[in-house]
Amino acid sequence: MAEIRFAGYGGQGIIRSGIIVGKGASIYDNKFSTMNQAFGPEARGGACSSQVLLSDTKVLYPYVTVSDVLVAMSQEGYDMFEPELSDKGTLLIDEDLVKSKPIRGKIKSFSIPSTRLAEELGNRVFANVVMLGFFTAATKLVSKEGMEKAVADSVPERFIKLNLKAFQKGYDYYKE
Amino acid sequence: MKANPRDVNSGTYYMDGDVASGYGALAAGCRFIGGYPITPSTEAAETFARIAPKAGAVFIQMEDELASIASVMGASWSGVKTMTITSGPGYSLMMEAIGLGAMIEAPFVILNIQRGGPSTGVPTKTGQADMMQSRWGSHGDYEVIAISPDSPQELFDYTIKAFNLSEKYRCPVMIMADECVGHMSEKVVIPPAEEIEIEPRRFYDGPKEKYLPFKPDQDLVPKMVKAGDGYNLYITGLVHDEKGYPIKNQMEKGKRQKLPTRRLVDKIRLNADKIIELNEEGLDDADVVVVSYGISYRVAVRGIEKAREKGIKVGSLRLITVWPFPDKKINELASKVKAFVVPEINYGQIVFEVERCSHGQANVVLVPHGGAGVHNPDDIAEAIEYAVKEKKKIRKVIEWKTRLEKFVFEGGCKLNK
Repeated sequence: MAEIRFAGYGGQGIIRSGIIVGKGASIYDNKFSTMNQAFGPEARGGACSSQVLLSDTKVLYPYVTVSDVLVAMSQEGYDMFEPELSDKGTLLIDEDLVKSKPIRGKIKSFSIPSTRLAEELGNRVFANVVMLGFFTAATKLVSKEGMEKAVADSVPERFIKLNLKAFQKGYDYYKE
Repeated sequence: MKANPRDVNSGTYYMDGDVASGYGALAAGCRFIGGYPITPSTEAAETFARIAPKAGAVFIQMEDELASIASVMGASWSGVKTMTITSGPGYSLMMEAIGLGAMIEAPFVILNIQRGGPSTGVPTKTGQADMMQSRWGSHGDYEVIAISPDSPQELFDYTIKAFNLSEKYRCPVMIMADECVGHMSEKVVIPPAEEIEIEPRRFYDGPKEKYLPFKPDQDLVPKMVKAGDGYNLYITGLVHDEKGYPIKNQMEKGKRQKLPTRRLVDKIRLNADKIIELNEEGLDDADVVVVSYGISYRVAVRGIEKAREKGIKVGSLRLITVWPFPDKKINELASKVKAFVVPEINYGQIVFEVERCSHGQANVVLVPHGGAGVHNPDDIAEAIEYAVKEKKKIRKVIEWKTRLEKFVFEGGCKLNK
């Protein structure tokens, strides 16, 4: 059982990230997953988060209680959800957008300039996919193949190649 | 009858409950949805609007909820399967017409993705406080069927079932889901059309001049025709006889006239055993039974597991069908168990039904929640623990003080003295 939280602003693809992880796990990795989203009334710019629960058995309680992984793509999201992260959890941040506090407990912390890397690929809308590649490499909760299929399945056809490139970029950044 | 392959988008998807319900409606053979999109049900309307044209079905965004439900009833009498989609505020606006729907026996489905709070409430968060409204919202005597799904897969499956029930019993059928289930994404398997059973419209095929629109069959449900096909039709909200003509009283000029309201109630009550679907688990030797529905069931299971770890014998009764209420089942359990624990996202609705059916035989504990979230499973576990230890018979519903209630209201509002 793993509880994952994505946090950021509306428009960054935070909810889409949750869907892709959930899809990768439940459709392509044959696990069970439940994804929930929370957003304000604004379409873009407001605080927004999604949560994914992964399990080998049916997920019953549908919300995160203590998160195992926090992916923060905004300072506000980090500040709001950092206290929810387990002492042994994994923290992933966009290093240009989030300034993290000193690490508590045995939290494993990784950072990536996902928005900058996405801009290098031509458009910052790929930032969440870069982050998903990084997430896949860092947490190994969902298989790389499953995630790639889920990414391809979740974007318009003409953008599949670019998205997979963005995914790979994030994945490789972890190895560096 | 099997579903039409044209209507079924078979496959394995990762989708939210709203979307699943849109797919379910089309698979059930729905040809028309009139709606006024409202959070948190919008995705269901969007989905149907997107997939309907390919299957020859229609979505119309009406000017408001009154028009939405009226269009649905008109379409239903024109011979097609119909649905409307809404949430709390829109649901309230539809109440008057729901009584009309019951009266003219138009088969149709209402999807209500419940939000938190009264009035505009909390549009993007969950609640289960429309349950009594779904049963009693319109004036006069009538019965409805209400179903409470707990996952996106069930929103697909039970949307189909809702259509089937509405065709079978010719009454409004409510799908009383909530924001949590509506906005939750999970794997949804849409089976091939040949595995989906659908109930066809019961059309009259006798001689035209002998057709009586409200003359019931043996199961108390009359047959329909399509308005506009040349039958003599008089469809009104006034109390009417079998021809559909208004009547003022039951004894006129010394002849007996049957009011339809008796039959509107009885066609559901007398068929209740066939309609009600429950999920029972661990009831045989239970000391306490948790009665729950919708998302609260999934949350309660975790509470039940925690109570079982402490050696408490606790069973679960999940109301998949909430209306008609399973009176018999609750009454039968009440004579065997110490107490019922009822977690719901409101300050007490279904719990009073449980109390009514228990007839003072077992204690009834409410675990309330004010909405915009779900219960903490620990509260449910503690309420179970209390219920099994309580030796006294308490002749009222006992309200469990949850952590949230204590934290926010210090256990409840106090009157200034």
